[in-house]
Amino acid sequence: MGPFQRLGHAALGVLERLGRGHLFLFRTLLAMGTLVRRPGLLVRELYSVGVLSLLIIAVSGLFVGMVLGYQGYITLVDFGAAEALGTVVALSLVRELGPVVTALLFAGRAGSALTAEIGLMKATEQLSSMEMMAVDPYKRVIAPRFLAGVISLPLLAAIFSAVGVAGGYFIGVGVLGVDAGAYWSQMQASVDFREDVMSGVIKSLVFGVVAAWIAVFEGYDATPTSEGVSRATTRTVVHTALAILALDFILTGLMFGDI
Amino acid sequence: MGPSGTGKTTLLRLIGGQLRPDHGQVLVEGQDVHRLSRRELYRLRRRMGMLFQSGALLTDLNVFDNVAFPIRENTRLPEPLVRNLVLMKLEAVGLRGAVSLMPSELSGGMARRVALARAIALDPMLMMYDEPFTGLDPITMGVIVSLIRRLNDALEMTSIVVSHDVAEAGSIADWVYLISEGRVMDAGPPQQLRREASDWSRQFLEGLPDGPVPFHYPAPDYLDDLMGGDTR
Repeated sequence: MGPFQRLGHAALGVLERLGRGHLFLFRTLLAMGTLVRRPGLLVRELYSVGVLSLLIIAVSGLFVGMVLGYQGYITLVDFGAAEALGTVVALSLVRELGPVVTALLFAGRAGSALTAEIGLMKATEQLSSMEMMAVDPYKRVIAPRFLAGVISLPLLAAIFSAVGVAGGYFIGVGVLGVDAGAYWSQMQASVDFREDVMSGVIKSLVFGVVAAWIAVFEGYDATPTSEGVSRATTRTVVHTALAILALDFILTGLMFGDI
Repeated sequence: MGPSGTGKTTLLRLIGGQLRPDHGQVLVEGQDVHRLSRRELYRLRRRMGMLFQSGALLTDLNVFDNVAFPIRENTRLPEPLVRNLVLMKLEAVGLRGAVSLMPSELSGGMARRVALARAIALDPMLMMYDEPFTGLDPITMGVIVSLIRRLNDALEMTSIVVSHDVAEAGSIADWVYLISEGRVMDAGPPQQLRREASDWSRQFLEGLPDGPVPFHYPAPDYLDDLMGGDTR
């Protein structure tokens, strides 16, 4: 094959996968109805996808908030505006770092686990055997995991931001001596619910759909060998990270571009 | 029966509707499997059982829940009845004592028997076995061989066994199809097949290393190759 043929071949491959990914998402959405009748399936996945990610999210949020406390203070104190620390910490977290860092951590912690689990179920013929037992894997395996991811990520992002604000408070007020009242009141005065908090919520919802979609699709589409599953797991983390960062740019442009 | 890589497993997957044929049709009870809607296909699959080579037990469920899985998913039977059914199926494969074990605690042969109990949980009319004799010790092999025949007679099913173990498959089959490269080479009752088989079938049935199926993979002339200029 010449270089042009190879390029064309690769491009066709990407397009074909993209198409398969969308058909997959469509079938997953169609299969969602089962979860209304059997919420137990969803609850189990919410636990393994969401609850088990809590610790890493909370600890990361704390550290990010504490770093923001230091960095914000160093910049602000030069302008005599150290009281605005609460605003800086809260806005950075709620608008940007909360959704983005949570989504990146989620891809590493929960997304990779989802891909590996589904990929191994495929490699060990568990998905095939379900089909032969007249059980639709989309309903029994894919849909609950996908929805659990979509629900978990915004909640985890909210927890990340809240813990981060507390971390910033701990450093700003506890260590660097910013006035506690100023920290909270400045934050309350300048963080707008509709503008700032909602934009973060929308971002994390979009990230949730994308991260969960990539994770379950990569698992379902994995080559059913140990090498295939390992490659799929890597792809989940890499593709999710890239997609999240690109989408963050687009969403930020859409939401704040006209200011 | 047929050599590895001739499409025996593919054939089972075609019958189960997991693969779509490029052309031709597959009829199960007069229904064209690949023209059925998804709902109709799943209804048909409730009456089919399939035993996978690996067993394919659900690794997060114990033996009991694995066998109960198709019953719970496809019926609304009360739990005490489910329990009775599961215990009956496990008794049939001799593993009633293993109900609370996890799949990781089972030997290969036990896992296959549990998978067999699960495959017959809904009393199928058609059972498909994918290489059921591969990788078993002689005792377990004997158990599986007799189980397949006894279950077939007791449940009055049709069983399709895909295998390349000539002796075992031949000992329980009513009718044998020898396939190779996607074609039926010979068919008939096992005894008749042994008596009047073609050269190819005889090579397969008797396990001869050379014959119509050559020992050597197609290659350029040996001498040329040894002396040869092309070093790839």
